[in-house]
Amino acid sequence: MMRSDQWKLAGVLLASALSIWYLYPSFRYYTLSPAQRQSLPEADLAKLRKQAVHLGLDLQGGMHLVLEVDKSRLNTEEAKDAVDRAMEVLRRRIDEFGVAEPLIQREGEERIAIQLPGLTDRQRAMDLIGKTALLEFKLVRTADEARNVWTRLDAFLAAKGAGAAAGLDTAMGRAPLTSQFAEIDNPSFVREQDLPVVQRLLATAGIDSVIPPDSQLLWGSPNRGSRGLTGREVYLVKREPEMTGGSIATATAQVGLEQANPGSWGVSMNMTPQGRADFARVTGNNVNRNLAIVLDDEIASAPVIRDRIPSGNASITGGSFTVESAKDLAIVLRAGALPAPVRVIEERSVGPSLGSDSIREGLMAGLVGTLLVVVFMAVYYQLSGVIAIVAMLLNTVYVIAALAGFGATLTLPGIAGLVLTVGMAVDTNVLIFERIREELRNQRSVRQSVELGYDRAFRTIFDAHVTTLISALFLFQFGTGPIKGFAVTLSIGLIANLFTAVLFTRMIYDFMLSRGKVERLSI
Amino acid sequence: MFQLLIGTDIPFMKFRRFAYLGSGALAVATAIWLVVHGGPKYSVDFTGGTLLQIRTSQVVPADHVRHALDGAGFKGVELQQMTGENRNEYLLRLQSTTEHDLFTSVQTAIEQQNPGVKVDLRRTEKVGPKVGGELRQKAFWAILGSLGGILLYVGIRYQFKYAFGAVVALFHDVFVTLGMLCFTNREISLTVVAALLTIAGFSINDTIVVFDRIRERAKVLRKEKHSRVMDIAVNETLSRTIITSMTVFMTALALFIWGGEVLRDFSFAMLVGVGFGTYSSVYVASGLALDVWLSLDRRKGIQAE
Repeated sequence: MMRSDQWKLAGVLLASALSIWYLYPSFRYYTLSPAQRQSLPEADLAKLRKQAVHLGLDLQGGMHLVLEVDKSRLNTEEAKDAVDRAMEVLRRRIDEFGVAEPLIQREGEERIAIQLPGLTDRQRAMDLIGKTALLEFKLVRTADEARNVWTRLDAFLAAKGAGAAAGLDTAMGRAPLTSQFAEIDNPSFVREQDLPVVQRLLATAGIDSVIPPDSQLLWGSPNRGSRGLTGREVYLVKREPEMTGGSIATATAQVGLEQANPGSWGVSMNMTPQGRADFARVTGNNVNRNLAIVLDDEIASAPVIRDRIPSGNASITGGSFTVESAKDLAIVLRAGALPAPVRVIEERSVGPSLGSDSIREGLMAGLVGTLLVVVFMAVYYQLSGVIAIVAMLLNTVYVIAALAGFGATLTLPGIAGLVLTVGMAVDTNVLIFERIREELRNQRSVRQSVELGYDRAFRTIFDAHVTTLISALFLFQFGTGPIKGFAVTLSIGLIANLFTAVLFTRMIYDFMLSRGKVERLSI
Repeated sequence: MFQLLIGTDIPFMKFRRFAYLGSGALAVATAIWLVVHGGPKYSVDFTGGTLLQIRTSQVVPADHVRHALDGAGFKGVELQQMTGENRNEYLLRLQSTTEHDLFTSVQTAIEQQNPGVKVDLRRTEKVGPKVGGELRQKAFWAILGSLGGILLYVGIRYQFKYAFGAVVALFHDVFVTLGMLCFTNREISLTVVAALLTIAGFSINDTIVVFDRIRERAKVLRKEKHSRVMDIAVNETLSRTIITSMTVFMTALALFIWGGEVLRDFSFAMLVGVGFGTYSSVYVASGLALDVWLSLDRRKGIQAE
């Protein structure tokens, strides 16, 4: 054996040993039976899962979301770290929701990418993530103040002819707004069927100029009943909140918070010491007035303050809470409000059934493809073909080990990349073998032919790898998605291929040829 | 020793004009298709919108599903029933990207209209219009960038007379594959773009093999006609051109047949692209290289053929 071959052998052995080292956790993790999984300590299992090849959401099922933080209503100071703060809040919410291995990443200036593996209840996750959860306590204006504003609104709308525009007859047109109220007070009650008209009226341009600047109109939660009618309440409240969700220490879902409705769910909140003091002051100063609990600009409830409340306990009831929605609201209140509203601008979800189908189909395609190539190479190039096959298998092992080692993700297009790599890997050897055959036909000795074959084919092989790598590199810009998985496997496969198909096979030939004179080459 | 296509002497260059005609016709057909349809059929990745793949617990006829969706007030839904074993699966494409969960509404609509049927979600992709636009731009630059990168590499590696043919062949392969995707009414999604880029990288490989040989032979066979040199080089490399394509073709075929619905368009593009890539390295790339070579000679006043 020549010195250079010893180095090659050492390289191959080292790479193979490293591969086995990196692949072992994957092998263990994915061959664990559910019972074994149960019996392993949580920490060990988590460690194993971290070291094993990660499967993309398209393979294990799950939800990929991209959120955009709407900074339009923030000032520059607030906008600066709004995305980071939003990520913090989302992380807390998702942690409490209980998803294994969530991934929350910043994407660019105002986006957050979230990956929730294996999640099935999409709607609930979406509600939990998308809710701003801005909690405010606002004083409800007195009935007199409100009636005054209703009257002025009527006059303003009548002058604008807004009633006619909204399709009301002349009698109603004189009091366009209050004629639609089933109850004129604070809150006023609007029946279900009148809601569209009222909402349109309140959207009339210039209406803000009529409402006193320190007050605002807010809607109550939908489907509230009043005297046997269904509809929604509209409130006039003080614009400046007395307190915000920042003073909430804990929030828990509870049943029976409402005396009138003992079976219903709600959320009970406990305040921080500072919040407790503030709440005592606010309630003490406003006895017999209504304090609205406002969640994301919608009034959840507006109970009357009977007395100063020193305990710092408040609750959100009514609405149509289910066990789950009460629990989720408690989670978002505990985790805090998002600094700005977020919008889901991209969602890619894969159900668990499709994920496992994809794995099965990907494996099947891989096996069949490999088998076709193996049979062809063995028949066409005989022993040399077998050497190429070993190199190709080694290449596949290296790629998967590299994925595990780098903590990269295997996606469905990644599997496709892996399968294609099988076909491309043997190409390198085909080029070399054809060249060797050519030299053999030219009556050169086996040793010379092998040497010339490798030397002359190398430049071509190198070029071919570079051009394909150029294409693969441009695929990396497609973010974190499945396509990146394809680019990763393809790139690693190409680089590993230079090692296995050129270096490794050459070593085998050198070894065969070093054992004396070889008359015939099985190629 | 098994041998295929060794010692052939096919006068490839003699027929190159027929190949130009064929390739030209395909390219023109693709261009016409694109103009008539206002561009390729983009998936939600690029247009923005929602894709839902649902599975029903038993096969529901397409018009029942359609009826249920119409009844629930869904407008402009493109409904596609899958075939074969997956007849109980549907693809729904909607323009809407509302915050509201479309799957829940679709599920309710179908389950109410078809008692006893359970609907579950296989996958959904919702892409906002802004993201769609961005992805479209990224895809455009990725394709342009990788074609440009390869072009640069080939330009550095080869003289102009070769590079021109290689580049035309590259564009030809990607464009004609795009055409085949269009003709078969397939959607251009992110994964298909990935396939097109891979084809770009791969299609040049065969060309490099042939060109290296042409260069090598041109040095030795100075007395021969250019077309003869080309033919010799192409014939000598024919077996490896075919075999290397064949191994990739085999794996792409396995993906196409067994790789499942999600990868079907991707593997289709790979299959077609590999096929065209092989053909074009002989005909488009080498053929054009010959013509450029001849015209350069003519300009120098050398009579050549």
